[in-house]
Amino acid sequence: MKEKTPWFTVRKALSPIRARSLTVLSFLLPLFIWSVVSYVPFIWHPKVEVVEQGGVEWFQKGMLIDREIFLTEVEKTVATNTEAPIGNRVNPVYLPAPHEVATAFYTAFTTEPKRRSEQWLHESLLHSMSVIFWGFLLSSIIGVPLGILCGTFAVVSKSQEPFIEFFRYLPAPAFGALAVAILGIHDGPKIAIIFIGTFFQQVLIVANTTRKLDVSLLEAGLTLGASKAKLLLRIVIPGIIPDLYRDLRILLGWAWTYLIVAELIGTSSGITWFITQQARYKNFDNVFAAIIMIGIIGMVIDLILAKIGQHIFPWESSKNKG
Amino acid sequence: MNSLTLPSYLQQSEHVAARFKKLKEREAILEVQGLYKIFESSQGDITALKDINFKTHRREFVCVIGPSGCGKSTLIRILAGLESPTQGQVLLDGKPKSEPGPDRGMVFQGYTLFPWLTIKKNVMFGLQMKGMANVVAESEAMQWVDLVGLSKFAESYPHQLSGGMKQRVAIARALANQPRILLMDEPFGALDPQTRLKMQTNLLEIWRNIDITVLFITHDLDEAIFLADRILVLKANPGEVEELIEVSVPRPRSPEQLLSPEFLATKKRLEELIHPEGEEGDEGFQLIRMTNIGDDVE
Repeated sequence: MKEKTPWFTVRKALSPIRARSLTVLSFLLPLFIWSVVSYVPFIWHPKVEVVEQGGVEWFQKGMLIDREIFLTEVEKTVATNTEAPIGNRVNPVYLPAPHEVATAFYTAFTTEPKRRSEQWLHESLLHSMSVIFWGFLLSSIIGVPLGILCGTFAVVSKSQEPFIEFFRYLPAPAFGALAVAILGIHDGPKIAIIFIGTFFQQVLIVANTTRKLDVSLLEAGLTLGASKAKLLLRIVIPGIIPDLYRDLRILLGWAWTYLIVAELIGTSSGITWFITQQARYKNFDNVFAAIIMIGIIGMVIDLILAKIGQHIFPWESSKNKG
Repeated sequence: MNSLTLPSYLQQSEHVAARFKKLKEREAILEVQGLYKIFESSQGDITALKDINFKTHRREFVCVIGPSGCGKSTLIRILAGLESPTQGQVLLDGKPKSEPGPDRGMVFQGYTLFPWLTIKKNVMFGLQMKGMANVVAESEAMQWVDLVGLSKFAESYPHQLSGGMKQRVAIARALANQPRILLMDEPFGALDPQTRLKMQTNLLEIWRNIDITVLFITHDLDEAIFLADRILVLKANPGEVEELIEVSVPRPRSPEQLLSPEFLATKKRLEELIHPEGEEGDEGFQLIRMTNIGDDVE
């Protein structure tokens, strides 16, 4: 009765069950590899953690030794007939096991800052989010209208886009020192880096989206008596808004990728400060937890925005049906 | 076919002749004078339209027909003001027009309803552009939505409607502005034959009941004869007026007339004009037998 559809069909949707299982799998697979490397002792594990010092004087309990060195020391003890050291194969300290990172998700929040002036993790995260928020907001306030104008009027496009096209190749972090000189060492230059990293792409992407609007909608508007201003406000903007919303979601992800670089500029702050600080203390489980947290925050925000999008653009809901 | 003798397409009953006489006494709404459109390209200029002259009278239904590439879409776009002619002018009520405006309503070939607006709001659009208050615009728009029989769908979005319904809304939207002339660019071209015939009948019904002049572009001969008072036949390369045919099929029209002698006579004449025998560059099919001799179907 039910025919087996092949997994690989060009541009056909998978059944919901298949789609959902693949989504889960896409997360489980990396986790599985990570677990294998962490928990199966004969895979990788290039170090040995000393449990019993044995006859080797310079060994200490808990020390991590390269496996080759450990083995030559063992051979030496066998030759000299002294007590052999005992050790377990382990991974380097920079690769914590999944369960350690999982606990770190909790402990990172409860780890008290070493100094009073330092921030708790949640404060660091909030600080990072506010930097992104302001950088992205400022960029959008200028970039979105400019992009729409570029996409609508050839005059604006030809006078603005060539320079923007040039500027977008300049790496945002290159402006770090300049931003510090102008804006001081606190949040100013960080927001500026997010802005520079987002703005130029934003104008071009929004302009392109605007240009993709079906011209016949504008022509229909003209034959219905719409003036230039009305065309822009009543047809161009509502016509592109669902695509614009999608663009902004993608660009927001882009802004996040500039975050770490931005926060290193001036006095390091936010989640970046937390990561560098924890790396210094060799709390790599906390480092991993923080990095994964950035991913989770970014993805959750995007999912929320996608859900909101479905509700505010009701005419988009079944667009794909044709 | 030989057994059937068709009357001349020029032969009109007294009744029809009287109707045309009356029609021509009416004032001209749209007048096209010496219209040329030349597209410049690297391979030389292409004359899309050459010396087009014609008039449409008030409440007349004119169809423009012609082979593909005869510039009929260019013509209607110039009439709507969406393109400018290389030479010549378009007069509406005697006044030259070069920009698009609500006095010339347009129904496009593709679906151009605003997808973000409900059906009602689509129809309200032109009224709002005029600066009409929302409450007034809404009640007025609803009358037009009723007229095309879609009041049940007033709050739906265009993507929820079938192709035929979308074009009905497009007609309502154009008419709501009460234009002097309704320009229609192959509006039913994408619809299936049954829907198309229904739409044509509806359109005639609407046309009969309101004071509107229609200029309708099509490449479908039946459609042109069924709808039009007069048919403007264009020929291609360059696009110029070949003939202006008066359709002698009496009104009101119904689908049964598609087989009446007047109808067929007009159709025969149109076919002669549009597909003249021995067309240049027509080499006919070069058939190669690809089946076995014993396998013939007739």
